[in-house]
Amino acid sequence: MIRHFISGLYTSRPSTLACDDASSASICSCGGMHGLSLSRRGLLGTSLAAALTGAVGPAFAATPSATPEKTTLKIGFVPISCAAPLIMAHAKGFFHDEGLTVELQKTAGWALIRDNLLNGNFDASHLLSPMPLALSLGAGHAPTPVRAVTMQNTNGQAITLALKHQNRRDPRSWKGMTFAIPFEFSMHNFLLRAYLAHYGLNPDQDVTLRVTAPPEMVANLKAGNIDGFLGPDPFNQRAVTEQAGFLQILTSQIWDGHPCCALGMTETFIRVHPNTYGAVQRAMIRAAAYMQQAENRQEAAAILSRAEYLNQPEIVIRQGLTGHYADGLGAVRNEPSRSAFSPFPYYSPAIWMIEQMKRWGYLNTPVDERRVAEEVFMLRDVRKQAAALALPDLTPPYASDYPPIQVLGTPFDPAATFAENGKR
Amino acid sequence: MGGRQEKLKGTLLSFVLAGALLLAWQVLTLPSAPPAEVIKGENAEYAQLMGMSSATPASHGFPSPSQFGHDAWQQLQAPFHNSGPNDRGIGWQLGASLLRVFIGYGLAVAVAVPLGLLMGQIPLLARALNPFIQVLRPISPLAWMPIALYTIQNAEECGIFVIFICSLWPVLLNTSFGVARVRREWLDVASTLELGWARRMWLVILPAAAPTIITGMRVGMGIAWLAIVAAEMLVGSSGIGYFVWNQWNNLSISNVILAVLLIGITGMILDTAFSALQRSVGYAE
Repeated sequence: MIRHFISGLYTSRPSTLACDDASSASICSCGGMHGLSLSRRGLLGTSLAAALTGAVGPAFAATPSATPEKTTLKIGFVPISCAAPLIMAHAKGFFHDEGLTVELQKTAGWALIRDNLLNGNFDASHLLSPMPLALSLGAGHAPTPVRAVTMQNTNGQAITLALKHQNRRDPRSWKGMTFAIPFEFSMHNFLLRAYLAHYGLNPDQDVTLRVTAPPEMVANLKAGNIDGFLGPDPFNQRAVTEQAGFLQILTSQIWDGHPCCALGMTETFIRVHPNTYGAVQRAMIRAAAYMQQAENRQEAAAILSRAEYLNQPEIVIRQGLTGHYADGLGAVRNEPSRSAFSPFPYYSPAIWMIEQMKRWGYLNTPVDERRVAEEVFMLRDVRKQAAALALPDLTPPYASDYPPIQVLGTPFDPAATFAENGKR
Repeated sequence: MGGRQEKLKGTLLSFVLAGALLLAWQVLTLPSAPPAEVIKGENAEYAQLMGMSSATPASHGFPSPSQFGHDAWQQLQAPFHNSGPNDRGIGWQLGASLLRVFIGYGLAVAVAVPLGLLMGQIPLLARALNPFIQVLRPISPLAWMPIALYTIQNAEECGIFVIFICSLWPVLLNTSFGVARVRREWLDVASTLELGWARRMWLVILPAAAPTIITGMRVGMGIAWLAIVAAEMLVGSSGIGYFVWNQWNNLSISNVILAVLLIGITGMILDTAFSALQRSVGYAE
C-alpha cells in the first residue's frame, strides 16, 4: 500500500504541487496535537506528499539567475568547528556572490537556536543533523516541519577522557562514569550511546549522560565533575591543550563519514522563499567544497579563530581541521580524515538517526523512516545544485541515495528497517 | 574632627584589604611545579601543538594579577570597537545591557507604581492580588526564560520582559505598603481641608510614601541588574552577559574577571544614584 502511495506520488508530482504545498504546514502542525500513532501515521503520509513535491518545487524555481525573495538573512550558529562551512560562506563571500546579505548570530546553545529558528528570529540556522528529523517528527518538541538544507560536515568529533583515566581506556571499565553530550538530539549522543553499547554498557543505567554546553565540558573535565565527553571540536583539542584530557577515539574511527551538523530552515520559509533557499544552498555547497580541500584548512583555521566567529586559539582549531594533532598522551598523530566536509544529506544516515531515537526511547510512535528521511533531508536539491555548480573540487557524491554505513565495524542496513516496518 | 579621622582610617583599611587580596591572588597563581599527571610529549612538535613552546609561554589555569592587568588593558584600550554583531567592545556590551535594563525597569516602574498606589488605597484589591504576587514574586528570572522565548518569540524582547517581571514585585509591594501606611492623621487633615483626589495624592500620599517607594525601586534596580547578566548569558547576542559567555567559551578567565568587576562597579553606581534619590525624598516625622 505504501509503495503504491509513493509511486502514485512520483507520477502526480508536478500537477499536485501547488495545492499539496499549501496544505502541508497546517497538516504537519496538527499532527502533533493528536499524537496518536494511527492518525499520526496517516498525517505524516499526507505531509510527505506535500514535502516531496515541495522539495522539487524550489529546485525548479531556484535556478542561478532567479533573484532571492529575501536577501537580508539572519542565520544562527553555535561557535564550534562544525559551523566552518557556514562561517566560510560568510567570510569568503559565497553568500555575497548569491546576492545575499547574511548576519551570523552566535548563539549559546541548541535549545535556543531551535526556538529562534522556529519562531522566525533566524531565517536559517546551524543545526545538529538529527534536529530537523526530531523537530519534524515531534520528538522532544511540538512537531514543526524543518528541513536539512545541506549537511555541513562529517566526522570532526571525538571522545575526550579526563587525564586521570589514561590507564582506563577500555570502555568496559567505564561503569559509573559521567559523560557530557551537547544535546539529546545530536550525533554526539547517538554515537556515544552506540560506542558504549558496543562494549556492553547500558548508556541509560551504567553511566550518566549530562547535556552540557561545550565550553563547560572542558571546565567540568578540569574540575573533575565529568569523566569525559563526546563533543565537537575545537573543544576536544582545547581539553588537550588545557591539559585536562586526552583523545580516546575520534568519531571518524567510530563511523567514518558520519554527518554531524546541518544547515536547517523551516519548511514554511522554504515554501515562501524558494529562491533564497536555493541561493543559500548553493553558497553552502561552495563553502563545503572549499572546506573539503586540505590546502584551505590553514586559512580556514585563521578565519575561524577570530573573536566574531569561534573566538578560540588558531592552533587549537587548526589541529582539529587538519588532523595533525597532539593526542594529549604525548603523541603527535596524523589523521587527515579527522574532519571532513560534505554537503550531501544522504538518507541512510537519517534512517540510522531515527533508528537511534527509537532505540533509546526518544520516539515511541511508529515512523516510516524512509518517508521522513526523504522528506526532511534535501538530498535531491543538493545533488541538482551541486551538478549545476560543477565544482571541480567537490568530493564526488555516492551514486546511491542510501550509501552504506558502518558503525564500529558493523554494517547498518536501512533496508532491514523497511522490511521490519512492512511486517508491522 | 574625630569623624573625619574615622573616615580616613576606614579608607586606609580598604586599601590595605585590597592590597592583601592582590597579594594573595598573586601568590596563589604563582607558577607551581607541574602536577604529577602532566604528560611529556615525544618531541618538540608536541609541545608546540600543546601551545607550550618558548615563543608562547604557557598561560594555563587562573590568571595572575599581572596577566589580568595585561588582558584587561588590551580589552579596555578599544572599549567601543565594532567588528560586526558578534565582536563588539566591552563598552558597547555594557551600554546594551544598561539600555535593556532601563527599558525593562522603566516599564516595571510605570506599571508597579500606579498599581501599588491603587492597592495601597483599596485594601480589597490588595487582598485579591496578594496571592498572585506571592506566587509570582519568588520565581527566578531564568525560570521565565523558556516561557518568554516560546511566547514572545524575540530574544531582545525576552530580555526586557525578564527585567520587567523581576523588578516589578519589589516596586509594587513597597508602593502598596508605603501608601497603606500613610498616617491616618494626615489623611484626616486632607479630608478636613476638602482636598480633591489628585491634590490629596500629589500633596499628601506621594510625599509620605516616597521613601518607601524609592526603597522598592532601589531593590528592583538591584534585581534587574542581577537578572540581565544571567538572561544575556542565556539568550544574548549582545550585552555584558553575552560578553561573559563569549569569553567563557574561550576559557578566557581574565576577560571574565574584567566583566565581573565592571558589572559590580556599574551596579554600585546605579545603587548610589538611588541612595542619593532616597536621601532627597526622606523626611523626619
